[in-house]
Amino acid sequence: MTARICDGYDDAVAGTADGSTVLVGGFGMAGMPVDLIDALIRQGAADLTIVSNNAGNGDTGLAALLATGRVRKVICSFPRQADSWVFDDLYRSGRIELEVVPQGNLAERMRAAGAGIGAFYSPTAVGTPLAEGKEVREIDGRTYLLEYPIHGDLALIKAHTADRMGNLVYRRTARNFGPVMATAARTVAVQVDRVVETGALDPENVITPGIYVDRVVAAEQERAA
Amino acid sequence: MIGRIRDKNDIAAAIARDITAEHPDGAYVNLGIGQPTLVADHLPDDSGVVLHTENGMLNMGPAAHGDEVDPDLVNAGKVPVTELPGAAYFHHADSFAMMRGGHLDVCVLGAFQVSTAGDLANWHTGAPDAIPAVGGAMDLAIGAKRVWVMMTLFDKQGAPKLVPECTYPLTGLRCVERVYTDLGTFAVGPGGLQVLEVHGIDPDELARRLGLLDAVGERRT
Repeated sequence: MTARICDGYDDAVAGTADGSTVLVGGFGMAGMPVDLIDALIRQGAADLTIVSNNAGNGDTGLAALLATGRVRKVICSFPRQADSWVFDDLYRSGRIELEVVPQGNLAERMRAAGAGIGAFYSPTAVGTPLAEGKEVREIDGRTYLLEYPIHGDLALIKAHTADRMGNLVYRRTARNFGPVMATAARTVAVQVDRVVETGALDPENVITPGIYVDRVVAAEQERAA
Repeated sequence: MIGRIRDKNDIAAAIARDITAEHPDGAYVNLGIGQPTLVADHLPDDSGVVLHTENGMLNMGPAAHGDEVDPDLVNAGKVPVTELPGAAYFHHADSFAMMRGGHLDVCVLGAFQVSTAGDLANWHTGAPDAIPAVGGAMDLAIGAKRVWVMMTLFDKQGAPKLVPECTYPLTGLRCVERVYTDLGTFAVGPGGLQVLEVHGIDPDELARRLGLLDAVGERRT
């Protein structure tokens, strides 16, 4: 199925089922797909597992989704921040589950999901509390932990420009988890600043090829005259 | 000579000096969030040091001000930064492959505790009401070729942070090579503790306060 240019943000998240695992791009607010998250809030899916680097900043974006009470579990590397009060309250009152994953393992577990890797051995977190319950293996004198992939039902990503094939170009450090999450979810929805005509992107500069992208919605669509 | 106790800028300057002196052909360096970012202010323009930030960038420039601020360009602490000529952007799996794969020459991290064997504790106080947050600390600790710590030698209660065994939850095992503090610089690792420099305190007094009198063998000031 090739990428579809959606009519709006609501169209891009339509059909999200209760109980879904949703991969949400962004590092803090850089690359945070705020408009798609707002659409997911309107769409109303509940009992969600959210996979993202952080657990929301301020009261918008991911924090607003958490505030609806429709998120059962957050898998992230760094929930606690100066402005993560929405998550902090939910966590301290026992209303949300948290799985803390070292940032590199978080990225690599999604990369593995997208690349068809069944599991992999990582040296990160050996000898720490986050190694608890993980299979340990020594390879060539170094100790590793077995890490399993993280698959998403839906990924919400922000990129800079898409063409009508769904090829994506990002902007600066807003790229962060986008290209990895785009490979790891069954349905991938992307919000971009603009959609350009097919052929307008330099193929050498495409970061996420359209094969990974299902739904694109643009803040400002560039249409052929 | 005892000299004076170092403030955070003195410590950062010492780290910058050693990075430059020990990597004359340049180095790829990651500075952890918080005080280690000060090291960047002390690197000469011609040092050849390329700064890596975990959120997907090499050759990161200084903090952005005024019109330079771009919400799409931030460092690991989410602070707006700038890009230098020759910068490169990449996604998170690549960024952490650079760490795990041993491509970074040095990383400088803050710490709650470091053991004399080089164990690092810097992500979690273990307090029951604390929300655990690890970020990239564990990946950096085991990934960079050389892991240096920048911290005060004693905590606010006066307890040493350089200890025989960490009591806080670990970030990484046997990963720290050197510890830069207000009162001195130390080598740690399989060979145990070695005092490299002492600042603003008598070396015997330092050994006594650390409670590591027997461990402080060879001493260079």
